[in-house]
Amino acid sequence: MDKMIIDNIEYRITGSETILDSAKVLDIEIPTLCHNEHIKPYGACRLCLVEVALKSNPEAAKLMPACTTLADPNYIIKTKSERIQKARHFIMEMLLSRCPESNEIKALAEKIGVYSSENNRTKDYLLNRAASYTDTKCILCGLCVRVCDEITERYALGFSGRGMKRRVNTPFDKISDSCIGCGSCAYVCPTKTITLEEA
Amino acid sequence: MPNYPMELLICSGTGCVGNGSLELIKAFREELKKQKLESKIKIAPSSCHGLCGNGPVILVQPDNIYYQNVTLNDVKDIVNTHCLKGEALIRLMPKEAVKNENIPKLKEIGFFSKQRLVALYNRGVIDPESIDEYIARGGYKGAARALIHMKSEEIIEEIIAAGLRGRGGAGFPTGVKWGLCAKSESDEKYIICNCDEGDPGAFMDRSIMESDPHSVLEGMLIGAKAMGAREGFIYIRSEYPLAIKHFQKAIDDANEYGLLGKDIMNSGTDFKLSIYRGAGAFVCGEETSLIHSLEGVLPEPHGRPPYPAVSGYMGKPTNINNTETWSNVPHILRQGAKWFASIGTEKSKGTKVFSLVGKVKNTGLIEVPMGITLREIVFDIGGGVPNGKKFKAVQTGGPSGGCLPKSLLDISVDYESLQEAGSIMGSGGMIVMDEDTCMVELARYFLSFSLEESCGKCTPCREGTRHMHDILTAITAGEGKEGDIELLEEMGELIKETALCGLGKTAPNPVLTTIKHFRHEYEAHIRDHKCPAKACKNLIKFEVIKENCTGCTLCAKSCPVSAIRGEPKKIHEIDQSICVKCGICRSVCRFNAIGVD
Ligand SMILES: Cc1cc2nc3c(=O)[nH]c(=O)nc-3n(C[C@H](O)[C@H](O)[C@H](O)COP(=O)(O)O)c2cc1C
Ligand code: FES
Repeated sequence: MDKMIIDNIEYRITGSETILDSAKVLDIEIPTLCHNEHIKPYGACRLCLVEVALKSNPEAAKLMPACTTLADPNYIIKTKSERIQKARHFIMEMLLSRCPESNEIKALAEKIGVYSSENNRTKDYLLNRAASYTDTKCILCGLCVRVCDEITERYALGFSGRGMKRRVNTPFDKISDSCIGCGSCAYVCPTKTITLEEA
Repeated sequence: MPNYPMELLICSGTGCVGNGSLELIKAFREELKKQKLESKIKIAPSSCHGLCGNGPVILVQPDNIYYQNVTLNDVKDIVNTHCLKGEALIRLMPKEAVKNENIPKLKEIGFFSKQRLVALYNRGVIDPESIDEYIARGGYKGAARALIHMKSEEIIEEIIAAGLRGRGGAGFPTGVKWGLCAKSESDEKYIICNCDEGDPGAFMDRSIMESDPHSVLEGMLIGAKAMGAREGFIYIRSEYPLAIKHFQKAIDDANEYGLLGKDIMNSGTDFKLSIYRGAGAFVCGEETSLIHSLEGVLPEPHGRPPYPAVSGYMGKPTNINNTETWSNVPHILRQGAKWFASIGTEKSKGTKVFSLVGKVKNTGLIEVPMGITLREIVFDIGGGVPNGKKFKAVQTGGPSGGCLPKSLLDISVDYESLQEAGSIMGSGGMIVMDEDTCMVELARYFLSFSLEESCGKCTPCREGTRHMHDILTAITAGEGKEGDIELLEEMGELIKETALCGLGKTAPNPVLTTIKHFRHEYEAHIRDHKCPAKACKNLIKFEVIKENCTGCTLCAKSCPVSAIRGEPKKIHEIDQSICVKCGICRSVCRFNAIGVD
């Protein structure tokens, strides 16, 4: 009983690893957006949700993010089910509605089957009816902020505002003195929203 | 303390202070001085009695007589008639309590009769700034028992046996949570009191802090021993200045009395307590965000596990409980688990404090035994709906909770029954609505709160609640589409399933429960473009009822946009192209001549 079950495969956990790590070892693909293996997991985009149930109560599965949830021998995990498909499509549809111009988001949506799936009310609303509120391609995954804090330790980026007013910017919207123009933020950005300028 | 034959306990809680109770205290003192009665009658500023809507309120002891809406003009009369002649002043009592010339004692007044005080045991009775008065009422006996006579495990067992569950919303068994934190091995552990209280219209925790700060402090001291924590924090919103002042005084006094600090009561327990003032964001009440806020980093939630009991403040094992949860603890230690477990239902033990607001006659703070019915709360304690209007629904659990209709008034108020009915116990907000409340608009209001208070970290809470809000806005504007109700249901379930923290996971609840219980109102907005409660401005029209209009001109004079025309003594007319639907004409008309459709 020291093995976690993931998509019906018994898997022996080696030390402290997340469900996403385990899946990678087994070549099980889980889509992610706010994750980068060199940066601390964040669990914000919710694209990597998987079904997690306890062996003691296999019927009561919850959706948990694979990127932040530690693997546990008491877990039974499903990464492919109708429930997960629905949840992932919902997340992608919201992101498509947020930044319809982003080719990267569109490509990922295509890949996980958003366009080819059957039409439903939510999809129809989010792709065709919903009002647009932003003119950015930023999906607020926070990778740029985190890489700047954790890897380069420049702390030149941060979040401001909350809810729909949340955005990524430099402190007080001024070019940070601490920015060394290393380009890490632009490099990790999944939607290519950040560009570098010659100083 | 000198003994006085008579005491006037004058409420100095936030509500009554707002209604002038401090001036009243001054006036009473002057009057007593003038009549040389200072040594006979004591004027005691007291904590909140709960009937905040009718303040200032006074309790006369030992007579147990309660007065409300007392003004400066009543001071002389109370001193001369009640204090000197011993005649109670019926005119200052709640009208419905005075029957057949019976002079009601406090407990005979509807608002108070069905209440049972545990967390608010000292409310209205002691001066919250006096540690001596707290001790005189049995205070710190529970802590003494725990610190001197009990092992940590025994304290935890006692809390488990009492059946105490978290009062902050989720109802997790407190003793079990303590056990998890106690088991975590670490050099440092922390305990926290959650007094963020962000629900709109809720003021339970504020009131406990203001009126009985030592009960929270004592509860935490007991918790510190049980879990082996040497430091604790009170996370309290800055908008609660009086609560902060009273709690700081409690900390200072406890330090002076040796009830905080090193080797408390010679038991070997050390405990240090300090206040942290939060900036009042709803999401900061969520435990992982609260801990981030305490640490000085961006107050966003993170996923659990790890639970705070394993890795909390500064990565150390941490236990968070709600203010009311802590304030129950000393009473359990003082009177025993058996006594506590004898109150309430099988699975929900003890009492619950609610702030009863909205369309009820007696708005205020109440504490009731679990298992009481909603009907008893709304009608017996709350006095029913004012102005002859009909009861429509009651919202429990604030923006995370649900709306329950009339047909569910007889359900028992406990964690399980409320959840079964589609709502939650929540932290104790209870909002009563009458027939004039539009349920679609209500859902939209609560969702707009969650939307604004969302931290914006996770996609579903940030984007999804905004989409639902857009759809609701369209419906209230008469622009809803066939299928929108099902769309809201679908999206609501998806957000609940995918959001990161409790804020997003519960934000759709008010929408889903109003759809469940009031679907016809949504349908009326969408299909017939009508608002049954006649509250949505885009869907209503004010018109003069010709048969009733006397041409008195009052409506025309009162209309802020001059939309009403008519000669004196002739039937008036409303110009729909100008009317802004404020409804003032309808409320000023004395002849019932303005209709709304
Ligand atoms: C959005 C959100 C807001 C919350 N606000 C509060 C609050 O104001 N006060 C509180 O005690 N608990 C609040 N909670 C619950 C806490 O996360 C936590 O469960 C509680 O403080 C635990 O204490 P208890 O077990 O004594 O109830 C909130 C939860 C969420 C998701
Ligand atoms: S990748 Fe896990 S939540 Fe974003």
